[in-house]
Amino acid sequence: MNRRRFLTTGIRASILAGIGGAGAMVASKAGAEQLVWQLDPAKCLQCGRCATDCVLTPSAVKCVHVYAMCGYCDLCGGYFKPDTKTLTTAAENQLCPTSALKRKFVEDPFFEYTIDEPLCIGCGKCVKGCSSFGNGSLQLQVRHDRCVNCNQCSIARNCPADAFSRVPLSKPYLLKQVNEESQAAELTGKKGSSDE
Amino acid sequence: MSKPGKYPVRIPRKTLNRCFFMLLVLILTLQFQEVLGVQRFPRPEFESGYVQPETLQPSARSGVLAIVDVLILIISLAVVSWLVIKRRSRLLVFWFSLFSLVYFGFYRQGCICSIGAIQNVTLGIFDSTYIVPITVIAFFILPLVFTLFFGRTFCAGVCPFGAMQDLVSFKPQKLGARMNAILGLIPYIYLGLAVLYAATRSDFIICRYDPFVGIFRFDASFGMFLFAGALLISGIFIARPYCRFICPYGVLLNWVSRFSWKHLTITPSNCIQCRLCEDSCPYDAIDMPVTVKNPETKSATTRKFILICLLVPFFTLLGGFTTSRIHETLAKVNRKVALTNMLLETSNNKDQPESIDVTTFKSSGKPISQVYSEASLVLKQFYTGSWILGCFLGLVIGITLAYRMVMIYRTDYIPNKGTCFSCTRCVDYCPVERNNEGLTK
Ligand code: SF4
Ligand code: SF4
Ligand code: SF4
Ligand code: SF4
Repeated sequence: MNRRRFLTTGIRASILAGIGGAGAMVASKAGAEQLVWQLDPAKCLQCGRCATDCVLTPSAVKCVHVYAMCGYCDLCGGYFKPDTKTLTTAAENQLCPTSALKRKFVEDPFFEYTIDEPLCIGCGKCVKGCSSFGNGSLQLQVRHDRCVNCNQCSIARNCPADAFSRVPLSKPYLLKQVNEESQAAELTGKKGSSDE
Repeated sequence: MSKPGKYPVRIPRKTLNRCFFMLLVLILTLQFQEVLGVQRFPRPEFESGYVQPETLQPSARSGVLAIVDVLILIISLAVVSWLVIKRRSRLLVFWFSLFSLVYFGFYRQGCICSIGAIQNVTLGIFDSTYIVPITVIAFFILPLVFTLFFGRTFCAGVCPFGAMQDLVSFKPQKLGARMNAILGLIPYIYLGLAVLYAATRSDFIICRYDPFVGIFRFDASFGMFLFAGALLISGIFIARPYCRFICPYGVLLNWVSRFSWKHLTITPSNCIQCRLCEDSCPYDAIDMPVTVKNPETKSATTRKFILICLLVPFFTLLGGFTTSRIHETLAKVNRKVALTNMLLETSNNKDQPESIDVTTFKSSGKPISQVYSEASLVLKQFYTGSWILGCFLGLVIGITLAYRMVMIYRTDYIPNKGTCFSCTRCVDYCPVERNNEGLTK
């Protein structure tokens, strides 16, 4: 019996060492910080799966408007369907299936576009329109007030563009921002051409 | 078409907009990638004093709260271990498990989970770019450490999945040793697959097929609700079906618990073989005494020993060989392999509509050869992985068989340290009082 107890204690000690060792091995490069899921709008191809593949209904992915990038265009590629004749807010003109993208007159000829987040389902239709014909100021993002931060984001696995990654909690958004330099260059370039 | 602007010098925005629109459609079709992300229209200079709104970026749940979760886990493990080992009270363990169900289940919605953490730890070992958060490591390791000391007290009152199933086990039936052994192989398969898919960076299947998280969130796909419903309904008659026949973390806990330092005992003192506790365990986890009826002859024992020595390696190799044959099927879960298959399929029959994945891949402009070489690399990993997985499963089957062959002599009713969840139900059936050494003599 004594030998048996000795053996058990030995095994117990080695299991403890094993758990500790495995833990230390992973912990040696562990981060103290939590990770959250985010998609990179620069990679996103607006395939529509963000609306369908999230574990939440409606999806935790929503369209986000980076106003600083917006051109405030009257003819907004994100707001209007491509074949629209009259630029009115009539529902049949709108690209957004839930009318979540709102348009407000600011001053001639500028319009402000706002997303009504509770309505947005994250389908990315407006984002596709905006990045194809506009400045790309409409972008899809995982909204962290809604996302339950699944261990494995169920959209990430199905994203055809591999746009999802785990990002540190302190920097949870990956929005494309204005490139001030290129904007300045374009501004002067355009001013010059319009003066002619 | 264009309205005259306020200032005659400026060309009206609308005209500009439309010209650009036409031009861009043209350019875009030519070189889509180049134009992406470029500021096509300048930021307007507002004259009406319009103030641009800020882009809201709501933050996620604070990291401090994740530390709080770990603290609550430690406290819960300590309290339940104390309730099981010292207080030996089923009622208190039950009430505590309700707390765990509410906190870790319905409040935290199950995504801080020791079971799923297996995959994070595996991925952390195999993928040097993945950094496992320290809280996830804590959730993986702490229950194992407590189990090494006190048995599976995590399962008794901390794991929300166990608590959920315990609530519905009204009419538990005995399954019999053979049935338990056969169904008990499923968790090994599940664990092996989960590790394989996590190590090859393919998927986290434990999370994907987690039946309870949908209940905690009141939101899941129809299939998962069906699975959860089936589990809970069968759970009325088969106590804790997920724990016994699915849970991959339970495999690790089972191994560790076999060597636990202080495990729950049915009797507080000495067993008097009154047989009152015999049917008390809803999980068939009580080992009955084995009285020696026909002591084996020496030659029979030797024959058995030789048979086992042949059986175990045979099953190991057979398992490895068989599983390596299906490594291509297993690899289909991997995205790169799946994409390659889809690309091959579309190039083979052109009239079928191509999937979103193929379309998006084509528009990404990546060379096809790159995907093919990446996929073949993944296939190689799966080949090695499936050999290891198969050998592991074969070994488990071999050992299970061997274990059923050998006679283990036992004089008392004791909980099986591996399969006992330390729920303390059996304790109430034992008539022996504490410190009654005299009774048995
Ligand atoms: S799944 Fe990926 S490509 Fe599709 S919309 Fe979401 S981020 Fe974009
Ligand atoms: S078009 Fe889709 S992504 Fe854009 S606002 Fe509407 S629902 Fe949201
Ligand atoms: S982590 Fe979960 S909740 Fe968040 S976006 Fe992904 S699937 Fe949706
Ligand atoms: S066996 Fe698994 S699911 Fe059941 S209580 Fe233990 S850890 Fe939880």
